[in-house]
Amino acid sequence: MGRVQPAQGAGRLTGFVATDSTCDFHRVDVVEVSRHFGRRRALAKTSLTFSAGSIAGLFGPNGAGKSTLLGLLSTLVRPTSGEVRYGGQPAAALGDALRGRIGVLGHDLFLYNDLTARENLLFFGELYGLSNPAAHVAAGLAHARLEDRANDRVSGFSRGLRQRLALERALIHQPRLVLLDEPFTGLDDESAGLLAARLRGLREAGAIVLMATHDFESADGLVDRMICLKAGRAREITADRSGLREQYRRTMAESWS
Amino acid sequence: MSVLRAAWLIARKDLLVEARSRELAYTTLFFALACVLVFSFAFVQEGKAVEGAAAGILWVAVAFSGTLALGRAFERERQSETLRALLLAPSERAAVYLGKLIGLLALMAGVEVVLVPIVGLLFGAPIGRAPLLLGGLLAAGTLGFAGVGTLFAAMLVRAHSRDVLLPLLLYPITVPVIIAGVRGTGSIFAADPNLDAALSWLSILVFFDVVFVLLSLWVFDPVMSE
Repeated sequence: MGRVQPAQGAGRLTGFVATDSTCDFHRVDVVEVSRHFGRRRALAKTSLTFSAGSIAGLFGPNGAGKSTLLGLLSTLVRPTSGEVRYGGQPAAALGDALRGRIGVLGHDLFLYNDLTARENLLFFGELYGLSNPAAHVAAGLAHARLEDRANDRVSGFSRGLRQRLALERALIHQPRLVLLDEPFTGLDDESAGLLAARLRGLREAGAIVLMATHDFESADGLVDRMICLKAGRAREITADRSGLREQYRRTMAESWS
Repeated sequence: MSVLRAAWLIARKDLLVEARSRELAYTTLFFALACVLVFSFAFVQEGKAVEGAAAGILWVAVAFSGTLALGRAFERERQSETLRALLLAPSERAAVYLGKLIGLLALMAGVEVVLVPIVGLLFGAPIGRAPLLLGGLLAAGTLGFAGVGTLFAAMLVRAHSRDVLLPLLLYPITVPVIIAGVRGTGSIFAADPNLDAALSWLSILVFFDVVFVLLSLWVFDPVMSE
């Protein structure tokens, strides 16, 4: 695996480079991807492209295929047909190292309740082979504004605090591809604003951010692209001035045949 | 990152979580001791145990408490879907299997350290007759049992009926391991001990271990991919 080393200061995506350049990429292509779970079609012949330095918003009703698409991009779910390419190469060609360039914040938060906030970040930092995990942990705790709760067990945290910690867990290894499922869940206004600023920072640093959400207010003005999903089919919407929610409603009311 | 380094990190995390909660240690130990105690009332008459009972009951307690530990260990990874986070780590997925296996082996070894003297006490079993051989049989048998069990428990982590399915899948496959363990231990505990036979059973257990663990390492990645 290519170890991620701090080149400048901890806590900034731009300060870290993957020493193994073969596992980095600046573009992700979803090519004619379908995914079926038994007889149920979760995603149908979907083709999308995501480029570095962008935030794409995934919108759609429950069961539309948003989580399946995130799962496919994370490599956890395999397509029934079609292919996901990272920098033009299929996942199989990049091997296990590819996962070191992907960060996932799921609806379930991937945190150990019996470990403290610091221990959670340290465990994942070490698991991702970071050369100085303690520095990354300190930066992550600062970003999450959890320095004073660093040694408290996660089981005592509110949903919002867990969400903030889980985001830093997903970002601790400075991933190129950032996949977020409902990142604004449980966050108060101030935390939601800070998350939006964090995501803009990731975009400026060259990350590819893909975010599934139902929170149009938080996503408005943040996402560069709007992708709507309906019954496993994807459609990209060109932004206009009517706002995300209005565009979404119009799109969903249209016929997708 | 090497597989062994990642496996060690996962095992160390599991042991730290267990040290905090002690949930698995208490439940498996209590279950194993209760099992042995109940059987002692049935198989020990006037201070003398039925021939061969001690070895059988020791392995029944190991298997049953091990099944309990397997289920609970993966239940923890299910609660916040942390198993998915482990599978997303940039190391071979076999590291997740190995890490969970090491953690379970450490836990089961701790239970057996308490269990064996209790069996010796209640059943009058000569546990000090060939301690290294007995330790080897327990270590090899536990590895074979937990090796298969870790794979099945991981596969079933998202199944609705996982608590029912785990023993249904696990026991038929691990019957040879349990039988070899019982026969080997029985050869040591017998009134007329046969340590050569125990050594042969140990060799068979080591063979099972190699087969089971290698097969599990081979299939873990494909079976964990959705």
